[in-house]
Amino acid sequence: MNSLTNLLGWVDARFPLTKLWKEHLSEYYAPKNFNFWYFFGSLALLVLVIQIVSGIFLTMNYKPDAAYAFYSVEYIMRDVDWGWLIRYVHSTGASMFFVVVYLHMFRGLMYGSYRKPRELIWIFGMFIYLALMAEAFMGYLLPWGQMSYWGAQVIVNLFSAVPFVGPDLSVWIRGDYVISDATLNRFFAFHVVAVPLVLLGLVVAHIIALHEVGSNNPDGVEIKKHKDPVTHIPLDGIPFHPYYTVKDIVGVVVFLMVFSAIVFFAPDLGGYFIEDNNFIPADPLKTPPHIAPVWYFTPFYAVLRAVPPMFGSQFPGVIAMGVAVMIIFFLPWLDRGPVKSIRYRGPIYKAALTLFVISFLGLGYLGMQPVTPLFTLLSQVFTTIYLAFFILMPWYTKIDKCKPEPERVTG
Amino acid sequence: MSQNEVDRSKRRFLIAATTAVGGVATVGVAVPFLASMMPSQRAKAAGAPVEVDISKVEPGMILSVEWRGKPVWIVNRTKEMLDLLAKHDDQLADPKSEVEQQPSYCKNATRSIKPNMLVAVGICTHLGCSPTFRKDLGAPDLGADWPGGFFCPCHGSRFDLAARVFKGVPAPTNLVIPPHKYLSDSRILVGEDSKGA
Repeated sequence: MNSLTNLLGWVDARFPLTKLWKEHLSEYYAPKNFNFWYFFGSLALLVLVIQIVSGIFLTMNYKPDAAYAFYSVEYIMRDVDWGWLIRYVHSTGASMFFVVVYLHMFRGLMYGSYRKPRELIWIFGMFIYLALMAEAFMGYLLPWGQMSYWGAQVIVNLFSAVPFVGPDLSVWIRGDYVISDATLNRFFAFHVVAVPLVLLGLVVAHIIALHEVGSNNPDGVEIKKHKDPVTHIPLDGIPFHPYYTVKDIVGVVVFLMVFSAIVFFAPDLGGYFIEDNNFIPADPLKTPPHIAPVWYFTPFYAVLRAVPPMFGSQFPGVIAMGVAVMIIFFLPWLDRGPVKSIRYRGPIYKAALTLFVISFLGLGYLGMQPVTPLFTLLSQVFTTIYLAFFILMPWYTKIDKCKPEPERVTG
Repeated sequence: MSQNEVDRSKRRFLIAATTAVGGVATVGVAVPFLASMMPSQRAKAAGAPVEVDISKVEPGMILSVEWRGKPVWIVNRTKEMLDLLAKHDDQLADPKSEVEQQPSYCKNATRSIKPNMLVAVGICTHLGCSPTFRKDLGAPDLGADWPGGFFCPCHGSRFDLAARVFKGVPAPTNLVIPPHKYLSDSRILVGEDSKGA
């Protein structure tokens, strides 16, 4: 034991090991009133690890070549020992990543976690979300099935709607005039090397920024306002370790139960996690009768389809889709409410958030459905509500009748 | 000026000059990397013309061939199909094919060299899906006045049997007619015409 202590001392003199442990775990004081919604940050970190580990083992047998990609995935599924498990863990992980990230973001919306002084945490988080979308989109091309191929075809063609440089831009992205082997190869490079590196860096930045200002909580009040006069520890704070590490382990166990149930009993989750058409090899001459992106992209896809072409160009729809994603970045400056948490907000914000959630889910559903005049109209209504939630926010949050915030956190 | 004083303007100049030179070098180094992502010489060379035997395409049938990685349709339109073409000009976005989506020799009512034989690139001008051939008149899912044509499953764009786009659908323009020429009555060459384009 003594020699271990000596070893630690030796390390600490050369690397701030104990200091890091204290700053980020044993002496990082988090509000004592975290609830259910605070599981999803640590779960997102868990899924990131699951994806990196399962991804490394998939690359050992996968071939990023248009002639072999589809069959190398079949090979992993049938001939590699436990290959099916590793692949299904990775495909389930992709969808579950978005499940936990969407719930994590919704937590931020409810409790005003993006408000001053946490604007940069939100911005880093949004960049993580963008990187995640890029990662998911490029990863979906790799199995080289029909949905991989035509999904990539549609998304890359979005860039060709950009005025003037569009056609050249989409050729540059594909590295060819159509989605081809060159596209598959570069998407592989981005999916396994470039984007994960960016993602890891952003996650570190997200956590450093969080630990600098401290966590928000369901009451949306700053625990740093009331510190113990002697120890300077926030009166409503408890050390992250062991309190929240233990709490998060409970969340991890429940999450892994759900995760395993999907992996073992419904890995394609009825076509939502792996679309049926992706079990057919890519055929550049034949578009499947109905194509839709994977569920986590469908809200934005519905926005794209809701906007009709103007002046003979699809660009307005592409702009609307881009705006629908990018506007979330500005949330910290759009919200002018006097309180952070939904608990003390007035009826207007509660109604607005409810409408927003209905629109987001509605768009998600419509993005999976074939085009009909009724569905197009519904998409247009939901898109309007979605954008109005953000654009009108500076006004409706200001006039909302909020309740007074408590001084200290409640239960 | 004494030995210890800092010459701020010189320092500012040196910082600006170093930043500028470094910036130029960064852009210069980025060029080969970004340029390497353009289509390779091999990909550029792969656009050779394709020769197609059209003798097996019966009236009312469609044949898909691959040219430059894209599907090219060859449709042998029947007399009835051709008669219907002129009857829905008011529903089309560009009935006269004013937008340059075809070689000049196909800028006509049927958008083809021989009236019955349509040769078109089967890639939707919206986002690049391949529309399906729907010759069934008044198909239940396409409406009672459907005159036959192509329907894009991705976003619902509609084209008639001359590959002209209908109004009010996402696709902005008519489908592309590729350069092509007849080598004989039963053989065509897709990707090259008499002008050598």
